Amino acid sequence: MADQPTTAEPVRARLSPRKKQQISRGVQYAILVVALVVVALYADWGSLAQNFAKADVAEQALPDLFTIALRNTIIYAAGGFIFAFVLGLLLALMRISQVRPYRWIALLYIEIFRGLPALLIFLMITFLPLALPGFEVPFGTYGQGILGLGLVGAAYQAEVFRAGLQAVPKGQTEAARSLGMSASRAQVTVVIPQAVRMVIPPTTNQFVSLLKDSSLVLFLGVSGEYVELAKFGNDLASQYANATPIMVAGVTYLIVTIPLGYLASRLEGRKGRNR
Amino acid sequence: MTHAIELKDLHKYFGKNEVLKGIDMTVEPGQVVCVIGPSGSGKSTLLRCVNMLEQPTKGKVFVQGVEVTHPDVDIDAVRRRIGMVFQQFNLFPHMTALQNVMIAQQRVLRRGKREAEVTARENLDKVGVGAKCDSLPGQLSGGQQQRVAIARALAMDPDLMLFDEPTSALDPELVGDVLTVMRKLAEEGMTMLVVTHEMGFAREVADRVVFMDGGVVVEDGPPSQVIGDPRHERTQAFLHRVLHPEG
Repeated sequence: MADQPTTAEPVRARLSPRKKQQISRGVQYAILVVALVVVALYADWGSLAQNFAKADVAEQALPDLFTIALRNTIIYAAGGFIFAFVLGLLLALMRISQVRPYRWIALLYIEIFRGLPALLIFLMITFLPLALPGFEVPFGTYGQGILGLGLVGAAYQAEVFRAGLQAVPKGQTEAARSLGMSASRAQVTVVIPQAVRMVIPPTTNQFVSLLKDSSLVLFLGVSGEYVELAKFGNDLASQYANATPIMVAGVTYLIVTIPLGYLASRLEGRKGRNR
Repeated sequence: MTHAIELKDLHKYFGKNEVLKGIDMTVEPGQVVCVIGPSGSGKSTLLRCVNMLEQPTKGKVFVQGVEVTHPDVDIDAVRRRIGMVFQQFNLFPHMTALQNVMIAQQRVLRRGKREAEVTARENLDKVGVGAKCDSLPGQLSGGQQQRVAIARALAMDPDLMLFDEPTSALDPELVGDVLTVMRKLAEEGMTMLVVTHEMGFAREVADRVVFMDGGVVVEDGPPSQVIGDPRHERTQAFLHRVLHPEG
């Protein structure tokens, strides 16, 4: 054993690592080119353009696309967001409450509304007047849409807030209590403001989520002045038997959602530096 | 005369682990008492029982003659008179230094904004960070943060102060600033209960030094005795380790 050479001749690779990498990259490019050629040859570009990007149909969408549809989308999303924010904070506080039944109620709510498809909630809202005779959601369709988005959003927002509240160090509460603040005073003055700051990035993402879910207002059977982007696009598409208005609505969503997404990740980065 | 702090047969369990095993101890008004001992000996727990940040399992705590372990006591009112300084400072990171010192004055003592601000600036000046009023805690050094925390406690005009290892989280070159402030407070006659590893401070400033180990008070007396000429083997061994860390 001892007289065996301790260093073996390194096994020579047939190809150098650099050469291997070059080949691998070449293969990937080749696959991409083939795929593009197949799509270009087999897709009926004329027909696609006719159905999804017809300029004169797109023109018909203006100016209502912005003045009515986008405006309503933002009303539904913003209203639902405020609703979800307030109810979500309340649920989060219940979720970490000392009073056990509060914890149960909050947990039950969160599990149910996160577990159900949002569409189902919207469908149920349309039956509310039947279930509760004489009851009417205030502000008409706006109220119904905001209610639906708010109920669903609150369940998600509650979990966001809970994470934020629990991320505030225990020492913060102790410092506040040692100064003579009551438990609720400490929560309001010291813990909640810090928790809210911490959850700004995920909350921005929540808003984007609600903005997209506002398309479910479609199922409330809205018309006229209440239509939002999805319904607006869908109605025009039926009218012209052409999908271009749906594309136009889609692009309008992206104009709002993509910048918000970048905003959220920038806020995330800033939070990292401040802490 | 009523004691500033009196602990009677204090026991504290964390689960099955008994951290305090029957502590009897008093602090007189105007006294500076330093608690020393190895980590895990229960020093911090003892301090935190005084203002009920920890609930004692058994025994009684009196602050200025009021039994704070009594279920009917208004603990918020008692805490108003006890300033507390933490190892990790625990400043409110979303408020400036000035706001940190003002907030409890306004919300707890119901002082007006003007009065709270005057008191806050006085106390920040006193601890030597008057120039940092508008800085957020994150922009301050550890030593500055801890001095803001001391000012925050002092602004409530407390009758006594608790210090829980106030210099243990500081870079060595910043310890002196904080100890200087504490020394000044002691000279002004503030009643202080200090958990610390700073033997020099304990020896020079304390009226009494309490050595704790394993959840009991092993030795209690003037610093010249407990630090200078310890009687118990455990105290001797601890001091030897602390004063001669290289062995």
